[in-house]
Amino acid sequence: MNKTDVLIIGAGPTGLFCAHQLGIIGLSCEIVDNLDKAGGQCIELYPDKPIYDIPAVPECTGEELTNNLLQQIKPFKVKFHLNERVEQLKKVENRWHVKTSGDIEFDVAAIIIAGGVGSFEPRKFPIKECEKFEGSSLFYSIKDKSIFKDKTISIFGGGDSALDWAIELSNTSKVNLIHRRDGFSGAESSVQKVKELNDQGKLNLFTKYQMDSLKGDKKIDIIKIKHENGEIKEIKSDYVLGFFGLIMQLGPILEWGLNINKKIIEVNTENFETNINGIFAIGDICSYPGKLKLILSGFHEGALAARGCFKYAKPDEKLRFEFTTTSKAAQERLGIKK
Amino acid sequence: MPKIIYNTHDNKTHAIDVQNGLTVMEGAVQNDIPGIDADCGGGMACATCHVYVDEEWLDKLPTKEDGEEDMLDMAFEPKNNSRLSCQITVSDELDGLVVNIPSKQS
Repeated sequence: MNKTDVLIIGAGPTGLFCAHQLGIIGLSCEIVDNLDKAGGQCIELYPDKPIYDIPAVPECTGEELTNNLLQQIKPFKVKFHLNERVEQLKKVENRWHVKTSGDIEFDVAAIIIAGGVGSFEPRKFPIKECEKFEGSSLFYSIKDKSIFKDKTISIFGGGDSALDWAIELSNTSKVNLIHRRDGFSGAESSVQKVKELNDQGKLNLFTKYQMDSLKGDKKIDIIKIKHENGEIKEIKSDYVLGFFGLIMQLGPILEWGLNINKKIIEVNTENFETNINGIFAIGDICSYPGKLKLILSGFHEGALAARGCFKYAKPDEKLRFEFTTTSKAAQERLGIKK
Repeated sequence: MPKIIYNTHDNKTHAIDVQNGLTVMEGAVQNDIPGIDADCGGGMACATCHVYVDEEWLDKLPTKEDGEEDMLDMAFEPKNNSRLSCQITVSDELDGLVVNIPSKQS
């Protein structure tokens, strides 16, 4: 059981800066995120795209913003739990017990949900029967590539993941790469490589095709793909891989009894607490009159929510307002040596 | 004000007056038309405001930017008449535009 003052759900910019604000006022926290790295939408959706509206930063990319935030919270040695999704919530006396998908347990005084538009999950095939094979012969990510050796693999998608895996697996497997159009969104060098491999007969490329149906008993046997002109092809396949990027989903938080309307959580604007005492929501996931979905609003919300947590974490102490410029305590927490 | 016709997956038709300058996505979200999630808020980063544009309107729309076709690869059941509704800005020329909302966005 991990015991800390506050659990932050979501390692996007809002969650990261909130960790800073908690640290400054002397509260400890740990952060859970379903992605394999910190940064949230900034790192997953637009790492290279410029942002122009961070106060005092005329221009930065999603990746730069994330790195700077990580740098800023370094003194607090915040513990991250990545690739984990929060699942169960239980009130135990005046504490909260939270359990994640990987069975990590937390005992905390307060929870701050900074979950954006939900946790990132792989986008799946639109066809219902795909579910039956998911995890056995149909995958949306690869954990152990050795199972594909000498097998026939059909890969769907046109981005970097689809292209990279098609190239790599073509060394040891028979690979079909299927994409809905002639153009690809992945790197141009990979596209050229795939076309070369196709010309050399080391890989079969099918463009303007999409998945139509699949057949098999326990494992996939044959897939049918459909051309945009309606023509259908049957391909023998041992495995199917789908790389369609990620989608955001709210998941088990929906069942926590929070006031949720259209995937966003209602909060007050005094300290961004939800309808449940001790659970706060900040950033894109929260809603109140006048809410702007800007990173700078998330920073403000995090500063107030952090202070809102204080009375739950240290009920016998009083929080004094201080500036980092002059506060000895804050500077000690930041590890500043004078 | 231009009228945008949203056909939702439950076979309902919603004819909505949408101000010039708003996107077709914003017109849907502000008027509670079901089926447009718009998770990223119009950043062309998520493909959850995907619509099928009525064939007769296809060539009247502004052409797709590079990133839009890439994002449509991620959409749920993309077709030739697929567009991201956040990338279609409403104007008088688009008065009467018909878009069909897919059964799901993800």
